[in-house]
Amino acid sequence: MPDSVIFGMEVFLNGLMAGVLYALVALGFVLIYKASGIFNYAQGVLALFAALTLVGIMEGQVPFGHLINAVFGTNLHHFGWEVPALLAIALTALVMVGLAWVVNRLVFHHLVGQDPIILFMATIGLAYFLEGFGDVTWGADIRKLDVGLPQGLNPWIDEVTYNLFGYGFFIDNLDLVATVVAAILVVALVAFAQYSKHGRAMRAVADDHQAALSVGISLNFIWVMVWSLAGFVALVAGIMWGTKMGVQFSLSLIALKALPVLMLGGFTSIPGAIVGGLIIGVGEKMFEFAIGPLVGGATENWFAYMLALVFLVFRPQGLFGEKIIERV
Amino acid sequence: MFYREAGDFKTSYVDDSQTFPIRVDRYGYYALLAVAFGVLPFLVNDYWVNAVLLPFLIYAIAAIGLNILVGYCGQVSLGTGGFMAVGAYACYKLMTGFPEINIFFHVILSGGITAAVCVLFGLPSLRIKGFYLAVATLAAQFFLVWLFNRVGWFYNYSASGQINAPERTVFGIAVTGAQNPPWAAYLFCLVFTVGCALIARNLTRGMAGRKWMAIRDMDIAAEIIGVNPLKAKLTAFAVSGFFVGIAGALFFSVYLGAIEVGEAFGINKSFLVLFMVIIGGLGSIFGSFAGAAFLVLLPVFLKNVLVGGLGWPTDLAAHLEFMIVGALILIFLIAEPHGLAQLWRVTKEKLRLWPFPH
Repeated sequence: MPDSVIFGMEVFLNGLMAGVLYALVALGFVLIYKASGIFNYAQGVLALFAALTLVGIMEGQVPFGHLINAVFGTNLHHFGWEVPALLAIALTALVMVGLAWVVNRLVFHHLVGQDPIILFMATIGLAYFLEGFGDVTWGADIRKLDVGLPQGLNPWIDEVTYNLFGYGFFIDNLDLVATVVAAILVVALVAFAQYSKHGRAMRAVADDHQAALSVGISLNFIWVMVWSLAGFVALVAGIMWGTKMGVQFSLSLIALKALPVLMLGGFTSIPGAIVGGLIIGVGEKMFEFAIGPLVGGATENWFAYMLALVFLVFRPQGLFGEKIIERV
Repeated sequence: MFYREAGDFKTSYVDDSQTFPIRVDRYGYYALLAVAFGVLPFLVNDYWVNAVLLPFLIYAIAAIGLNILVGYCGQVSLGTGGFMAVGAYACYKLMTGFPEINIFFHVILSGGITAAVCVLFGLPSLRIKGFYLAVATLAAQFFLVWLFNRVGWFYNYSASGQINAPERTVFGIAVTGAQNPPWAAYLFCLVFTVGCALIARNLTRGMAGRKWMAIRDMDIAAEIIGVNPLKAKLTAFAVSGFFVGIAGALFFSVYLGAIEVGEAFGINKSFLVLFMVIIGGLGSIFGSFAGAAFLVLLPVFLKNVLVGGLGWPTDLAAHLEFMIVGALILIFLIAEPHGLAQLWRVTKEKLRLWPFPH
């Protein structure tokens, strides 16, 4: 087999893995959109905030250290203990639930019945706020996140492919873990939505707010639950991405990577998020591999959007989205 | 003298649709223009022009442009940064390619070029609606920034990849380049801002504006009453692109003088202008000015108070600024989704009745 084909296959596989990571972020979007009709731009920042909180708790950092130091002239930074990863993850999940409650109580509670576009803009405001809040709480330095996930070259795949093609594929262990986690997450979420009482209530709310209210479903509870779920998905995405590229500001930009995934898959479909993620992941890696060198590289920044844009012109609701029916 | 008209004696449509029906408003507006053109140029210094006035004037133009698209026509765009970059690079190519032509025309031409690009990216809006469109405009944002970054022709193959504005004069006085006097830069931008505001105000209260608003309120219904959605949407994109392009050209040539596209026209610029429109008020020209003023002054104010007054570190102040801007947007959306312009409108209504509200 010629080298370029083998390289292409490696790029393809890596694209699939990257796609899974995109899908992980996109999942959070879909959850909130389905249940409350809010297009949550802040999902990426939620992931950043979750990762920052996790690192902060693990390192035993003093929250608001910089602010306290600036106001009182003290020199606080760490409590001096370290929290084991699992406990820290549990604590962070609690923080995310608390955050979901506060966000719902203070912001979206007051915006019920507004235009979707106003809600969207509110989430952009929320994203800015959380970004600043995360930095003020935990500082803005780039931090390493290590919760004990395996990283680096997977020797088994390397060996098998070497024996097959005479060239070992480089597949990151972390990507494999992410794939497994994403699969579990999707199965769990779908099962939750289909078979549990609260999941059914969630789907009812997604269908029709007023009808759901009239059969005794608490909108507030469902929304807090959905935001908590989204926070939890953000935490998982934050752990994966944070381990991959360090916990830093640019982590919040993964939201921008997830948007074309959503457009492609449709805003309302969980399988759509996965399939869209895979298509985008493979598409942009293959494009960069095949066409990128001809036009100056770094096409990954925009290829996904262009692909989604062209795709949408032919199918405005995305692959799996609900057909948009408009009436006067 | 009370703040109201002496009875309702309008006998023609012209009277009925005038912008300032109340005399105090009208004279106030003339006085404001007189001060802006006649007095301020003599008072301003370098700091005021570069920190406050120029960004305010330029962002006001961009906000007007975006407001036409989002506030009047209801097509949410997150590509403003990219379109401003088109204006900036068009202006740069024109300035270096045709140095004998006055910079004034270059800026207007860059607006025209941006309008064309904007229409191109607006074409999908006929099929794609709502959030899908908002995300689709991000394609313009990322693609355009990448294009200007990677294709050497746009930055004349300069080694740094930056573009620098050469010195150009209007009536013999430099308005761009490193040696331009602050008052000249200020006046040059002011002329454009006032011109754009006039055009926008008159477009939006005429037939074009009513068509846009019909599309915004419900595009299918608008189509049934005879508004051509293709024309209405694309004219909105074109007019919006024209203003945003002018803003981008001025931002580059007069305000910054040298830019690196990813930094100056990144996604954050798109959001900044969008926030100006939201905080100022969707569907209001006055709101565009109010929003631009608010978001230009806020960082200056915070910086002076937190860093200058309290002596806090700059990075902490920057993070707090993020928090405050985000919180303000949330507060505005909750308390007054129609922004500063609506507050102003309510105040005026109250003033009209004062002191006899019953």
